Amino acid sequence: MLQVSTEPSDATRTASRSRHSRDGEPIDATAERTSAPLVDDDRTEPEKDDGGSKPAPPRMSVLPVASPQPMDGAPHDPRRSDVDEWGRSENMRSILRRVYDPMYRYWFRVEWEGLEKIPHHGGALLIANHAGAIPSDAPAIMHGIEEEIGRPVYGLADYFFRTIPFVGTMWSRTGGVPAHPDNAYRLLHDQQQLALVFPEGTKATSKTYTDRYRLRRFGRGGFVEIAMRAGVPVIPIAVVGAEESMPILFRIGGLAKALKLPYFPVTANALLMGPIGYVTYFPVKIKLRVLDPITFDIESGLERYSRSRVMDEAETIRAKLQDSLHDMLRERRSIWFG
Amino acid sequence: MGRRVLITGLDTFWGGRMAQALESESDVEMILGLGANEPRVPLERTEFVRSDQKYSILSRIVRATQVDTIVHTFLETNSVNIPSRLLHEINVIGTLNLLAAAGSAGSSVRQVVVKSSTHVYGSAETDPAWFREDSQRTSPVRTRLERSLIEVESLVRDFTEDNPHLVVSVLRFANVLGTDIITPVSFNLRRRLLPCIAGFDPLVQFVEEDDVVRALEYVTGQQIPGVFNVAGAGKLPWSEVASIGGAFLLPLPPFQPRAFVAPLRQVGAVQFPPEMEGLIRYGRGVDTSRLVGAGFQYRYTSAGAVESFARANNLRRSTGSGEPEYRYEQDVEQFFRHSPAVVRGIDG
Repeated sequence: MLQVSTEPSDATRTASRSRHSRDGEPIDATAERTSAPLVDDDRTEPEKDDGGSKPAPPRMSVLPVASPQPMDGAPHDPRRSDVDEWGRSENMRSILRRVYDPMYRYWFRVEWEGLEKIPHHGGALLIANHAGAIPSDAPAIMHGIEEEIGRPVYGLADYFFRTIPFVGTMWSRTGGVPAHPDNAYRLLHDQQQLALVFPEGTKATSKTYTDRYRLRRFGRGGFVEIAMRAGVPVIPIAVVGAEESMPILFRIGGLAKALKLPYFPVTANALLMGPIGYVTYFPVKIKLRVLDPITFDIESGLERYSRSRVMDEAETIRAKLQDSLHDMLRERRSIWFG
Repeated sequence: MGRRVLITGLDTFWGGRMAQALESESDVEMILGLGANEPRVPLERTEFVRSDQKYSILSRIVRATQVDTIVHTFLETNSVNIPSRLLHEINVIGTLNLLAAAGSAGSSVRQVVVKSSTHVYGSAETDPAWFREDSQRTSPVRTRLERSLIEVESLVRDFTEDNPHLVVSVLRFANVLGTDIITPVSFNLRRRLLPCIAGFDPLVQFVEEDDVVRALEYVTGQQIPGVFNVAGAGKLPWSEVASIGGAFLLPLPPFQPRAFVAPLRQVGAVQFPPEMEGLIRYGRGVDTSRLVGAGFQYRYTSAGAVESFARANNLRRSTGSGEPEYRYEQDVEQFFRHSPAVVRGIDG
């Protein structure tokens, strides 16, 4: 009996990946910003599909598939890997998800609250508080959303990752994207994807245990400006637990400089376990709470937004996230069991 | 009256192919090609004028021939085997003289098309995934090739401002692959040895040489002013380039890769210009929506360009050197073009 089928989970994931809902954004607004990005969407659409749909849709896989022929308008694209234009590979991601899943389920016992607030369609900028010498929050958020919602999450992070051999490539293949405003705009507006960003940046991950759950400055509010320009909501996520998974006791400034690292932490893990501590988290309970999406009542696609408005919004979001964290901490009875 | 076109670098791949393409255009009345050497492709009606690389005689030629269009393809975008001084003379001084001739008082020139390269954007970790034409480069200029191309583009920018009545277009080509053109990447792919930096697998773009010529022809024919990125759709990882191109990856250490590849460079096994280091570390992506928005249609994607090159390469390996090299014979060419004995206007 001949039966060819693709895994249903893969198929749905592929389907959701290639679905880019377009908002009714007037074209002129975009034209104002850049000189001619009018056909941007049309051009990226087929390319994205080619890159992403390596596991063929079920309808096609039962039939013998003819080798693709060059067609009018759409040139033949003989890609061999499924690495997309951001460097993300769904195959690589699914391997990582399989490896990370026990960690997510049994080590951190991640628990979500309000996951339904993450949209199934359309772009959204996810922001969260950031913590841990090697932060454990980003993988947990990305894994959770990809497993539960079936949408890819692109993690915007410091350029620094790109410069590290092997790590940088793995980071990119598993959904890491350098946090350049143009990248964020293209992901959120043109491709209507989910992007995750930590507005505090390394100020949060380098802070010591004594400062835990105290949000740092939210950069210069760049994330608000990007969301306004792209016309997408900001969805804050409060993370409790990551702070204690790899707490920093103190930092060695000179060593960081010598190794060209953003910071060199001495963690509790390292003191207890030696070098292995730099790759081993404490088995803390991670709880995530998705707050209500924040939309901005402002025209999208502008070149510049009022600095004061941007800073005000950023500060409001920061306060909401801080309140939420305090609320969650009040309810928490144990670091290890939640 | 048809268009009268002057092409620089007729002896290079770019100029030669562009002249061939223009010969089939019926509204092009006259094609004049400048080159330091004889053309390497057979041409039907293009007139060849030997000139030095700085085009010191250019203003006289422009005045005498009353050309209305200049296609400036003679810009060196490959820094292998070219001394710094010559690179500067060709790119900067050549363009300077060319623009001076085109912009002189009473000049007949109405359109200038300049070929440039996406090298002007550089490659760095701080780059956006896609450079638009108006994006700034994020890293300091590091190589002489990049410096000279940036200088050329600034000359062209000034020229555009000073001559608002002219149609000036600049095409920035991504890595070109094709059967006829030799670039460092194509050289290495032919030798089946593609240097990479261990631990890095950046995303790159390619453009097929046919699309290169078609883009030049399109912009010249449609008279579209502005700066345009030209690259096939999509990006692919460097490792996939090796896989599609049938080459082996040669991993170099992340620290000082050029020093480690130097012995291989010395014996001519690989080409590794300074520009390649950034490219194979961080890659480069350029947004091509402006040219696509102007109506240009690509025949090849980035991956398609690599595949097409690989196929041509396989053929070349099996059949030897491929097509016989064309040789330009001055007397023969002059005879066919100008002798009263030749009956013109009949084909076949």
